[in-house]
Amino acid sequence: MSQPSDFQPKIIAYVCNWCTYLGADLAGTNRLEYPANVRIIRLPCTGRIDFNLLVKAFEMGADAVLVSGCHPGDCHYTAGNYHARRRWILFRQLLETMGIDSRRVQFSWISAAEGKKWQQVITEITEKTQELGPYAAYREICQAGG
Amino acid sequence: MARIGVFICWCGENIARNVDVERAAAQVAELPGVACAVAYKYMCSDPGQSLMRQKIVAERLTGVVVASCSPHMHLRTFRKAAAMEGLNPYLVEMANIREHCSWVHHDREQATAKAVELIGMAVAKVRCDHALQPIAIPVTRRAMVIGGGVAGIQAALDIADAGYQVVLVEREPSIGGKMAGLSETFPTLDCSQCILTPRMVDVGQHPNITLHTYSELEAIEGYVGNFKATICKKARYVDVKKCTGCGQCWNSCPSKKTPSAFDYNMGNRTAIYVPFPQAVPARPVIDRNACLHFLKGKCGICAKKCQAGAIRYDDEDQLVTEEVGAIVVATGFRLYSIGKEQSSDRTTGYGEYGYGRYPDVIDSLQFERLVSASGPTSGEIRRPSDGQVPKTVVFISCVGSRDNAKGISYCSKICCMYTAKHTMLYKHKVHDGQAHVFYMDIRSGGKNYDEFVRRAIEQDGARYHRGRVSQITEERGKLIVRGVDTLAGEPLTIEADLVVLASAMRSAGHVEELAQKLNVGYDEFGFLSESHPKLRPVETNAAGVFVCGACQGPKDIPESVAQASAAAGKVMVMFSHEQLTREPEIAKVNETNCAACFACVRACPYNAIDRADIRDRKGNIIKRTARVNQGLCMGCGTCVAVCPSKSIDLEGFTEQQVYAMLESLV
Repeated sequence: MSQPSDFQPKIIAYVCNWCTYLGADLAGTNRLEYPANVRIIRLPCTGRIDFNLLVKAFEMGADAVLVSGCHPGDCHYTAGNYHARRRWILFRQLLETMGIDSRRVQFSWISAAEGKKWQQVITEITEKTQELGPYAAYREICQAGG
Repeated sequence: MARIGVFICWCGENIARNVDVERAAAQVAELPGVACAVAYKYMCSDPGQSLMRQKIVAERLTGVVVASCSPHMHLRTFRKAAAMEGLNPYLVEMANIREHCSWVHHDREQATAKAVELIGMAVAKVRCDHALQPIAIPVTRRAMVIGGGVAGIQAALDIADAGYQVVLVEREPSIGGKMAGLSETFPTLDCSQCILTPRMVDVGQHPNITLHTYSELEAIEGYVGNFKATICKKARYVDVKKCTGCGQCWNSCPSKKTPSAFDYNMGNRTAIYVPFPQAVPARPVIDRNACLHFLKGKCGICAKKCQAGAIRYDDEDQLVTEEVGAIVVATGFRLYSIGKEQSSDRTTGYGEYGYGRYPDVIDSLQFERLVSASGPTSGEIRRPSDGQVPKTVVFISCVGSRDNAKGISYCSKICCMYTAKHTMLYKHKVHDGQAHVFYMDIRSGGKNYDEFVRRAIEQDGARYHRGRVSQITEERGKLIVRGVDTLAGEPLTIEADLVVLASAMRSAGHVEELAQKLNVGYDEFGFLSESHPKLRPVETNAAGVFVCGACQGPKDIPESVAQASAAAGKVMVMFSHEQLTREPEIAKVNETNCAACFACVRACPYNAIDRADIRDRKGNIIKRTARVNQGLCMGCGTCVAVCPSKSIDLEGFTEQQVYAMLESLV
C-alpha cells in the first residue's frame, strides 16, 4: 500500500457549526499547524449529514471523509449528534456493501474547546490516508458507470 | 447570470503573510460567475465595507463572497453591510481563510492553493443561494410563570410591573414556596416571612397577575410567542370566589390529625386547611383523603359553619387554557431523601443516619419549621420525640452533596450557610446549648457570607469538626453520633439530643415530565439546562422558555431573585417587539414531492414538523404532507438527512449547495 509521501490526499470534513467548526477556529487562533489537505464543509449539525453526502464526496474525488460534531450531550440542537451516531453504525455497513473502504470515513467528536484535538485528528487522518493511497478505484467505477 | 463579487481580506499580515492574496484574487476572478475579485487590507474596517458596498452597486453584484476570518466573527457584519445596498443578506457567504488556512498552514504555496479552493467552494455555494426573508412571528404579550416560590414571584411581579399580563401557576394551594417555610435568612437573619409575605400579597392583588394555585400545567402547544397552555386546576372543594377566608371551617374541622406538608410532617393540620396563615390566596382546600365527609359520608361541619356558602363537595378538576407568548419555569427544589427508601435508583440514601427510624434525626427544612415563630412549636426548639429542649445538637453538612457513593456529585451550595445560621438560631434560643457541626469544607463565598460563618463560630460558639459521620445510633434517649475529626486525627463520638442533616438540594419532583412537555433539556440530576452556562444563563434551548431559581441548579435566595429578574428582563425584551423575527435558514418542505412518510416528524428534536392536509377547493383532502412550523424550527437539518424522497431541504445549506461545493473541488 505504500505510496510516495508527496501524495496529497483530498479530505472532505463535514463539521457542525457549533462545536467542531469552532474547534477548528480555535486551532487557528492558537496557531496549531496541521496538513493543508482538509476542506471543511460547514453544516448546522451532524444530524444534517446523510449517506449521499459521504458517497458524493468520494464521487467528487475525496480520498477520505471526516464527520465531526459536538460531543454526546453537547449538541446545540439537543439531539442531532445522536442521530448522526446512530446513522454511522448503519452507514458503515452500507459503505462496505457498496464496496467503499470504510477506513476512509472517520467519525469524531470535537468540541469548540478542542483545537488541539482538531489538529491531531486532521494530522492523523491525513497520514492514514497517505498510507491508504489515492482512492482512484471508486472514482473509476463512478466514471465507468457514467 | 450570476455576478459574484469576491473580497479577499489581508487581515493585515494575518492572512497575507501565508496566503498570496493578490494571486488568489487573480485566480478566483476566472471562476464562473465571478464578476470581480479584489483584495483589501482590512475588509471588516469601514473603508473595507465601503469598498464592498461600492462594488455591489457599481458591478451590479448578485452575490458576495468575503474571504477572511471565521463566519462566527464577521458574517453578520458583512451581511448587514450588503443589506444597506439592497442586496439580500443571505446572498453573502464567507470563506474562512484565516483560522482554517493562513494561521494553521505555514507553507505559502499550499496555503494559497487551499485558500483558492475554499473561496471556490464559497463561490459555488453563493451561486446556489437565493434571497431569504427573515420570518416574522406575532407575539402574544402575556407570560406564564410556572412555580410560585420566591423566584416565580419575583419574575411574575417584574413582568406584571412592566405592564404585561402574567399567569402564575402554582402546584400547592398557596404561593410562597420553600421560602415561606423558612425561619430567618442568612446572612442578615431577617425573618423570611416578613420579607416574603408582602410580595405574596402584591402578587395576589396585582391587576396584571392571574393566579392559578393548586394547579399544574397539563399540556402545552404552540411555539415561541404563541403558546397555548392547558392548566389543570385541581378540585379545592371550596368556591374561591365566595370564600372570605374567615377561618370558621378549619377552626371547626374535627379531622385534625393529618401531617402538615408545609411543616414537613413536624405538625398536624385539619382536613380543610390553608397551608399556613399568610397563604395567598387565603382560601382553604379540602384534603379528600382526610375529610370525614369524603371518607365516611358524614360530618359536613365546614359546610354548616360557612356563612358564605363556599363549600362545594361536588367540585371537580377543571381544565383552563391560557394563551401566552413566553414561559418562565421556576419550579424550585426539594431535598435529597435521606432515608434508605429511595424513589430513584441513582441515589442510595443514608440508612446509617437513622433518618425516619429515629424521630430526633431531622432534615434542615424540618429544623427551619422548628425554629420558625409560625411553626408547630411556635418557635421553641423542642425535639420531636419527647418535646424536651435539646441541649446538644449535631448538624451534619454534605448529606448527599459531593458524595458520589450516594449518587450526587455536586455541591448544594447553600448548606454551609444555613447550617451556620441554624447553629446561631439554636444558640439564640437555647443559651446553654451546644451546637456541633461536622463538615467537609466550609464554602461561604458571597457578600458578608464568610463573616457570618465566623460569627457562628466565634460569637455563638458553634464547634466545627472537619470530618464525616459514619453512624448514628440511639441509646437511652440519646443519639450517639460517631464521626471523625480529621484535623485532630481522632475519632469523635458525641451524645446528641437532636441531629439535623443538611441534605442535598435536588430538582423538584416530576420536573422531568414538565421539561419534556416544554422541550427543555435537563441534566442527570433533573436540573433544567440553560442555553449557555455563561452567556445565556436564563434562556433554554426551547425558544421562548426561560428558567430561574433552583430548578436550574442549587442556589440561594439572592441568586434566585436575581435570576428571576433576569428571566423577566428577557421576557420583556421579547414583548418589546410587536413581532419576533427569526433567522430564515430553516427547513422547507417540497409539498408536491412529499410522500407523507413523516420520518422527519419523528426525527425532529423540536417537534417542529406538522402533519398537514392539502385540500382542493371543495375541501376534499388531495394529499397529506409534512409542513414545517416556522416558529419552532431551529434549522438543524436532521429532517433533511432522514427524508427518503429528499422532499425537505434546509435553507442556506441545501442539498444543491453542498453538492455544488463538492463539485467545485474536482
